[in-house]
Amino acid sequence: MLIQDRLGAPAGGEERALVVTVPAAQWRELAGFAKETLGCRYLSFLSAVDWKEEGLEVMARVENLDDNVSLTVKTRLGPGESHCQSLVAVYRGADWMERECYDMFGIRFDGHPDLRRILLPQDWEGHPLLKSYAVDTPHPPYR
Amino acid sequence: MDPEARKVIEMGYGGAERLTMNMGPQHPSAHGVFRAILTLQGETVVGMDAVIGYLHRCHEKLGETLTYTQYPSIASKTDYVAAMSSELAYVRAAELLGKIEVPKRAQYLRVLVGELQRIASHCVWLGTWCMDMGGALGGGATVFLYCIREREMVLDLFEALVGARLLYGFHQVGGTRYDLPAGWVQTCRETVDFIDRRIGEWEDMLEDNDFFLARARGVGVISRELAQEIGISGPLIRASGVNYDIRRAEPYSSYEDFDFKVPVETAGDCYARYRVRMVEFRESSKIVRQVLDGLPAGPISSRPGVKSVGQVRIPKGEAYARVEGPRGEVGCYLVADGSAKPYRMKWRGASFSNLAVLPHIIPGHKVADVVAIMGSVDPVFGEVDR
Repeated sequence: MLIQDRLGAPAGGEERALVVTVPAAQWRELAGFAKETLGCRYLSFLSAVDWKEEGLEVMARVENLDDNVSLTVKTRLGPGESHCQSLVAVYRGADWMERECYDMFGIRFDGHPDLRRILLPQDWEGHPLLKSYAVDTPHPPYR
Repeated sequence: MDPEARKVIEMGYGGAERLTMNMGPQHPSAHGVFRAILTLQGETVVGMDAVIGYLHRCHEKLGETLTYTQYPSIASKTDYVAAMSSELAYVRAAELLGKIEVPKRAQYLRVLVGELQRIASHCVWLGTWCMDMGGALGGGATVFLYCIREREMVLDLFEALVGARLLYGFHQVGGTRYDLPAGWVQTCRETVDFIDRRIGEWEDMLEDNDFFLARARGVGVISRELAQEIGISGPLIRASGVNYDIRRAEPYSSYEDFDFKVPVETAGDCYARYRVRMVEFRESSKIVRQVLDGLPAGPISSRPGVKSVGQVRIPKGEAYARVEGPRGEVGCYLVADGSAKPYRMKWRGASFSNLAVLPHIIPGHKVADVVAIMGSVDPVFGEVDR
């Protein structure tokens, strides 16, 4: 209820596992609100889903460990869009997770202090978890 | 990393010069392949950049190409020191989505192997950590060999159960694939009793050793705030004063039936992490005994055994399932599209988040402490890099 008043986005999901979707412009605001007002100080993970022509969806799961409530926050970046606000200023743990997200999906997190690949080599081409990236993409001199 | 710390000043004799030192990726204390680029001022670390990804096998992409029956045995290869917990996270996500019932006996068996796995995994942690701190413990390899010897006994149990010692393929969607063989329960009881006695010996060896205490107490302190923001879990967050255990917060697989204690320490240093894990050893054997006492009869799976790769279909939807592995929250986020394969699979590796805390806590410590802190985090790089 509080979430709806503040952000105009209804919270779905179950009583202890809420799900909220907001426009990409409100992404950092939502995270700050979740951390400061809702007490969700624990960042479980941050990731993305590629919905092909509908564009990328960034999602994160934060928790209030004292009250045992989890909140899954999501945002759609829109077709062809690959920029998203960074959450590093809110959750320090988002640093590596956003780097992984950039590595795998090519999402550019604006405001990230050091956005570079984390799991793949720095000279890797493409972002493997995009649906447009075929599993058998050749990589000369290897197959 | 602080940009100021990246600057390398030429060697001189003033004592304040900076030196960049590469550690790894093939460093014995890395417990896998991990590279740390340390900026040193004298013997003190002032900046650290962590390089990971050497063990990346694209598990998440692989998960999109394999079916719900094929992937569980691959899931064991994320955290290969605690294969049972990662398998469970994956099949639980599929079961949540498909609303698949798991028979009581299978739930108990899952708890049983999960807790035995925790004992085996903590044995590896204690042994390797003590070996990392080497010289201080009188040669170093003693604790390691003791721990590995006891871990072998647990692996023998797993071998009798599934035929494999490291990567099991024990879980399947709907239950487990194997039931206990004859005589197994008795051997299991003897093993946990034996290991319980050994734990006391290890504690005596370590806690009476001033060198060990000097290297563990007050070293690598993680504050409560930092612990939550980074998202560390398992023994690490409990050593930082946060009472967070998924077996309690969100009981899965009938954990609510068992009586056990969740150890919490407030110091947040290497010694607190050590204490939490030592108590967990005993709590795990306590749970194992309770499972063996109360093991219900009945089927071990609500679904037929694996016959064809595409036999499990999961309806459209998404679910996040998590289990308390030896290293913390092992989670699997599944997005299903109604076919026999997931549309998207995300691994939340406990070690990935746990390792991400290192650049925040290592600056300010001596080089030798880097090894002690890294060992106390207990990362498994299969799970960091996935």
